[in-house]
Amino acid sequence: MLEHFNSAASSFAGDIDQLTWVITFLVGFWFIAAEVMFFWLIWRFRARDGVKGQYVTGKEKHLKRWINIPHGIVLVFDVVLVVAAVRVWVLVKQTLPPADRTVRIMSQQWAWTFTDPGPDGQLDTADDIRTTDELHMEVNKTYHFTLESRDVVHSFFVPAFRLKQDAMPGRTYTGWVRPTRTGTYDIECTQICGVGHGVMGARLYVETAAQHAAWMKEHASENAVAAADAAK
Amino acid sequence: MTGSEMSHTTAHAHPEGAHDAHHEQGWFLKYFWSTDHKIIGLQYMLTGMLMALVGAFMAYVFRMQLAFPGQSVPGFGVVTPGQYNMLVTNHGSIMIFWVAMPVLIAGFGNYLIPLMIGADDMVFPRLNRLSYQLFFLSVLVLATSLAVQNGGFGGAWTAYPPLSANKAYNLTPLGSSLWLVAVALEFVAFLLGGINFIVTSMNSRAPGMKAFDVPILVWTIVIASVMFMASVGPLIAGAVMLLFDQTLGTSFFNPTRGGDPILWQHLFWFFGHPEVYVVLLPAMGIVAEVMTVFARKKLFAYKTVIYTIIGTAMLSFFVWAHHQFVAGIDPRMANIFTVTTVLISIPIAEMCFVYIATLYGGSITLSTPMLWALGFMAEFLVGGVTGIYLGASGTDIFFHDTYFVIAHFHYTFFPIAIIATMSGVTFWFPKMFGRTMNEFWGKVHFWGTIIPFNGIFIPLFVLGAAGEHRRIFDYHNFPHLDTPGLGMLRMIATLSLVVMLAFQFVFIVNFLVSMFRGPRAPRNPWRSNTLEWTADSPPPHGNWPVLPDCHRGPYEYSVPGREQDFWPQDEKA
Repeated sequence: MLEHFNSAASSFAGDIDQLTWVITFLVGFWFIAAEVMFFWLIWRFRARDGVKGQYVTGKEKHLKRWINIPHGIVLVFDVVLVVAAVRVWVLVKQTLPPADRTVRIMSQQWAWTFTDPGPDGQLDTADDIRTTDELHMEVNKTYHFTLESRDVVHSFFVPAFRLKQDAMPGRTYTGWVRPTRTGTYDIECTQICGVGHGVMGARLYVETAAQHAAWMKEHASENAVAAADAAK
Repeated sequence: MTGSEMSHTTAHAHPEGAHDAHHEQGWFLKYFWSTDHKIIGLQYMLTGMLMALVGAFMAYVFRMQLAFPGQSVPGFGVVTPGQYNMLVTNHGSIMIFWVAMPVLIAGFGNYLIPLMIGADDMVFPRLNRLSYQLFFLSVLVLATSLAVQNGGFGGAWTAYPPLSANKAYNLTPLGSSLWLVAVALEFVAFLLGGINFIVTSMNSRAPGMKAFDVPILVWTIVIASVMFMASVGPLIAGAVMLLFDQTLGTSFFNPTRGGDPILWQHLFWFFGHPEVYVVLLPAMGIVAEVMTVFARKKLFAYKTVIYTIIGTAMLSFFVWAHHQFVAGIDPRMANIFTVTTVLISIPIAEMCFVYIATLYGGSITLSTPMLWALGFMAEFLVGGVTGIYLGASGTDIFFHDTYFVIAHFHYTFFPIAIIATMSGVTFWFPKMFGRTMNEFWGKVHFWGTIIPFNGIFIPLFVLGAAGEHRRIFDYHNFPHLDTPGLGMLRMIATLSLVVMLAFQFVFIVNFLVSMFRGPRAPRNPWRSNTLEWTADSPPPHGNWPVLPDCHRGPYEYSVPGREQDFWPQDEKA
């Protein structure tokens, strides 16, 4: 379902989409079964002249199994559901595959600041590239990101990545993502953060290796100018 | 002294003291200073319903802003981002704390518990009066918070710090503190009410009424009150800490000085999740009463229903962190809370199955209260199954804080706070006012509410799946959300809301006209079993001249070998 509205642009987007389908089948079955039964009973046992209601206590064995058997099946469905959900969760949130690059994401009222390590691949060096409300990533590279907040709780959400994480002031969160499809996508702040919450969007550019190298080069020269200025 | 003996003594000791004195009172003392549980119940109910109009107006304003961003909203004007945040925050707070709670628990609880268990009043009538007075005070404080300089609080009903704690971040120094005080006062009011419900149901039952002869509605309100008392403590503590952070400069939730904002989230949701069931249970209780009467059926497996209620109540204390999966808590914790959350489906599914099974073999009349009760079941199921997407940690990564969440919880809260309430109001109206509501206009109101309700929230599921996030006043800043297709869905939702609100005037007119001009209602118009129907309509102060005895359970409908298809609880065998 999610794939109809959002491009799937990360390595785990497909897993979350698939889990959404699994849940849809599991709960859809019960939803339809319950509603059909419900409306059928209303129709079947509508009041008619001369027909009294039956006296049923709910202790009758042949009727009780209509509750108990479905109930057992619900339990089995629950187990399937939990296993499927936890597998995806562990993949996205509990594992940290080795990183090709690490970016730093800083949130504040009401902007995103992204720090790319630049050509040398190391953060906190002179060639770091800092951008505001614009994140550039290279496709098919595994990224680690660190997420922080300067003031209130924000939340970093990229629907195309199926990735969401709150930025909690006072903590640094480390996560990962591997972009798999080039394109331009929305970044949303999904935690209310004050009057500017509605404008706290950013753009994500997932680029090919060549595009990304070109972007980096452009900023490297900017950095050189800035460094020269600072030296003066 | 056994329970039943005690109830007898307290019940009969009463008229010598309080009640006789009340008969000569003036209008003000009767309706505003009353200790009569029925007046207090109606006070709560009517205040709650008036607050529902305020909450609905807020929803109308921000939905109009979403459908037609930047345009002046008729009756309000142009919505600024700050006002938008204030509106969504207070819509949520009002609908939960000042509508669902007062109407479902305090309103129906006060009105019906003594009548259903055959008592002349609550055990602590003055405490009861104080409860409503504090509640009314909380309404005034909330109203003030909207009117002060810099406007009302706009940090969401969850009030996460540091946004809620620091005026430099929320820009509403007075509004946020007053909002917090209002919420805290409201909690105190409900604690007082809850004490009364529990003690009264324990001690004042009619002679012969054993625990399993008590109507489900009384059970649900008592269990909800116990849950409320057990869960609200941490939140009141949290609210005081937050108030100190706001006003005294403490740093309980301030990370720059050693505090922790996540602590608030735990305190809030430890209350916040049980709270969902605090309002759900009375709604399920109302539906049980109405369904059994209009299906002329005994409740299927009465004891099972009670066990599932208790099971749900207990489990609901172990699921709170599913609101915080992506908040930055230890990710391993999410697995535990996924398991507990999904486990809730066991008692809740059982409860729904039992309710559906109650229809089996019935003789079903689709009167207005029954339509609402059945509507509750049909719609609540949608809310139930869509919750699984959010309780499952893997998919919550995407769905958390999107419109999918909004659609999901409105499919639970709307059936609870509006559909079940309407079922209860239309069902007990003849008892409350001694007159009958118009069935035709009742049904018009039902269909005029239920159809647009789905028109509002089905589009929101789709918008949520498209990644639309919550509490955004204008989606122009998000190119993927600013498409004509999604804009159309927002408009459908808003127009459905306007249609639904318009149909509420049908109810208001029907309610007011029936209250004064409706045909006189007999004592037991629905041929129901429970004890409240043996009192006059409306019951006088003290309820019965002679308190009733109880001889059987509440759901003995269509008993074989009896001429009548009902068997009132007080009728001797």
